[in-house]
Amino acid sequence: MTRAQTVPATPTRESPGAPVTRPGGIGESTTRADGVPKVTGEFEYSSDLSMDGMLWGATLRSPHPHANIWSVDASEAEAMRGVFAVLTHEDVPGRKVYGMEIPDQPVLAWERVRFQGEPVAVVAADHPETARLALEKVSVEYEVLDPLVDAEEAIKEDAPKLHLSGNVLRHVRIEHSDVGSAAAEAEVVVKGEYEVGMQDQAFLGPESGLAVPDGEGGVDLYISTQWLHVDRDQIAESLGLPPEMVRLELSGVGGAFGGREDLSMQIHACLLALHTERPVKMVYNREESFYGHVHRHPAKMSYEHGATKSGELVYVKARFVLDGGAYASSSMAVCLNAATFACGPYKMPNAEVESYLAYTNNPPCGAMRGFGAVQACFGHESQMDRLAVALGMDPVELRIQNAIEPGDRFPFGQEVPPPAPVAEILERVKAMPMPEEKEVMGRDLRELPGGVSNTTHGEGVRRGVGYAVSFKNIGFSAGFDDYSTARVTLSVEDGEPLVRVHTAAAEVGQGLITLQAQIARTELGVERVAVLQADTRVGSAGSTSASRQSYVTGGAVQKACEAVRERLFERVREELGEDSGDLSVENGDIVSGGEVVLPLSEVLDEEIEETVEYRHKPTYPPDENGQGDVHVQFAYAAHRAVVEVDVELGLVRVVELATAQDVGKAINPQALEGQIEGGVAQGLGLALLEELQIKDGRIQNASFTDYLLPTTLDMP
Amino acid sequence: MQLRLEVNGEKREVDSVWEGESLLYVLRERLGLPGSKNACEQGECGSCSVYMDGILVCSCLVLSGQAEGREVVTVEGIAGGDELHPVQEAFVEAGAVQCGFCTPGFVVATHDLLRRKPEPTDAEIREALAGNLCRCTGYEKILDAVRLAAEEGAL
Repeated sequence: MTRAQTVPATPTRESPGAPVTRPGGIGESTTRADGVPKVTGEFEYSSDLSMDGMLWGATLRSPHPHANIWSVDASEAEAMRGVFAVLTHEDVPGRKVYGMEIPDQPVLAWERVRFQGEPVAVVAADHPETARLALEKVSVEYEVLDPLVDAEEAIKEDAPKLHLSGNVLRHVRIEHSDVGSAAAEAEVVVKGEYEVGMQDQAFLGPESGLAVPDGEGGVDLYISTQWLHVDRDQIAESLGLPPEMVRLELSGVGGAFGGREDLSMQIHACLLALHTERPVKMVYNREESFYGHVHRHPAKMSYEHGATKSGELVYVKARFVLDGGAYASSSMAVCLNAATFACGPYKMPNAEVESYLAYTNNPPCGAMRGFGAVQACFGHESQMDRLAVALGMDPVELRIQNAIEPGDRFPFGQEVPPPAPVAEILERVKAMPMPEEKEVMGRDLRELPGGVSNTTHGEGVRRGVGYAVSFKNIGFSAGFDDYSTARVTLSVEDGEPLVRVHTAAAEVGQGLITLQAQIARTELGVERVAVLQADTRVGSAGSTSASRQSYVTGGAVQKACEAVRERLFERVREELGEDSGDLSVENGDIVSGGEVVLPLSEVLDEEIEETVEYRHKPTYPPDENGQGDVHVQFAYAAHRAVVEVDVELGLVRVVELATAQDVGKAINPQALEGQIEGGVAQGLGLALLEELQIKDGRIQNASFTDYLLPTTLDMP
Repeated sequence: MQLRLEVNGEKREVDSVWEGESLLYVLRERLGLPGSKNACEQGECGSCSVYMDGILVCSCLVLSGQAEGREVVTVEGIAGGDELHPVQEAFVEAGAVQCGFCTPGFVVATHDLLRRKPEPTDAEIREALAGNLCRCTGYEKILDAVRLAAEEGAL
């Protein structure tokens, strides 16, 4: 059942340990296992790490979005006092490129840079300021080239090629029934062009980590990431080391939202540590963070919807061009998601969808919350509103009338699995009471669009209400072997039963360690649970993304607990005989027929440990017509936004955001609400505030002064 | 340079500080107090909030030399002893903590708000905390935590 385990070597640093937590089973809003250390400031994030003899790493980045590199001269920097290493691509001993799906991104650039901020050299020094000054002394001779910054231009046949494979990173085409002949049946047609800008994950904890050489040629990396094993494999490839010589341990993660799926400073820190034989810490500052991780893909979308006069959808034609920027990251999956979610969760008898993903000289784009589905949602829901206006229909009624149901087929051919309560969540959100409409004149400024900027006292302020519904896939799609591994140990310690849960799943703030403990408590009937620090000493848990960990790592923990329980009951039967009835564990005791037959401690002289991999049902890549059982399952959400707009200035105040979502069984309702509320805030930000402004391939607003995140004053 | 200051009630002395270091850097890297966080280092996110001579400041914007002879209280000094401060308890209880990177700043800023206004209105809470960014929670449960702390007479 298990894969080959990595060789356990002595860690170079003491782990923060696994606090034992008590009560709280499935369905309870137990408080977070890491809540107390996080409010006292003791919780150790990757940027907090420190070791004796530690050096600071820093990264030299290209100032140009597109340029040839003719030479790199590091001699002056190397000669500086306090500088221990200056490394370039020549110092990368293994594979000189990396990437999760397509290894197309240089660890350190050679010959060519393809985006502004691309790493060219790295430095290790005894003080971060010395490292920064050393970067200024590295002399790079560039020949500046024209950047290719328009995705639509980039996918044209005659565009200059940014990669040998050309500029079309992926093209997905979905052909469902026959739009051509169905078009005649449409009595009402609406067309629209939509654009979504580049959004930043803006996690607060900067990219950071500590690499520690083990003295035997290997390295330990203490790191914030979303997937330890995929990092480990890429790092090992580039270091030219076998995977077991590169050990990763998750350090405190200050948010992720997709922005930590790709590597940032991981390989650089390990290279510097192995080169200097000293621990090396790297921490990006906020400006660097904007260059150091991928962003949400900007999208241009063209839509044409046809419907009957009674509001029945007849066909859709959609064309997406997504800007992937300089390197592939997770663009392949984003392109597929955009295509499969382009039509919305509606019965759509005929559909033609084209989704293109382009390489450009813009910043690389990749994973951010709901990738592909978010862009598509803005397109299909704007179209539904437009169609409702054209039909003279209530926009919610139009959506309900066309809502997809279990047993229908999505335009990409997959049967809609149950549950798919699209109509129900729309009805529920519509039925929620509307927020009171207070007189606008004479209000506290903080309750008006523009707030304390004092742009209106109520004149020109109008209220508006909008509805939307969205859906996305849960888990990895298109044939990916999407598994997780859990090791569960049951023992008696200090006279009381204790369950240890060990996975490599990244807790990034969502509350997974609390959920793992809740699952183990419920499954094994034992109150005391310790969730060990995630590391590569246990098999892969897959990525903390695609809303998959509660389900997949949660599933692995559950299965491992079942395996442990089975072995426990074997021991009980050996003790009490085969006819000991239906056994269960309650409050640390073995129970049969409602009566305690044995305390757990009596059969646990030796601990029981099981390691199990869990997989969800398989998925398949789409065929040439974009048809197939591409996704595992789907989540659906309906929203209502009540806003007040200063129609003269275009300023918006969000009065209320209401939502009804199909969430399945809530393992921890409080944590789940936190996910919904946080996701909603990021949606509000995308709609009203957030956009990375890119001009000629250069980011114009790489700071929290200029990239606007929602604050307490922006949220309803 | 040499720096002398009082941190969380204790006299501290730091040698060979480079003049360009911020108070935040000194706290985190030289005094072993990494609770104050380094999310933006330009005074926009509030995650490095500390008290300096009783005034709430972004420690990233204070040059270390400016802290000479001052009294600094960080998130590590908010609780007295092993017990959590009621503001901290409220944050845990209300589910106001997710990744937690903004939490130390919010705890100090909430402490400052309730010290000044033990029963703040909703608008006062929002305005007082508008300089603290959180990317995980959407603020809903942070606002709950502040209300809970106020109800319980945290300060």
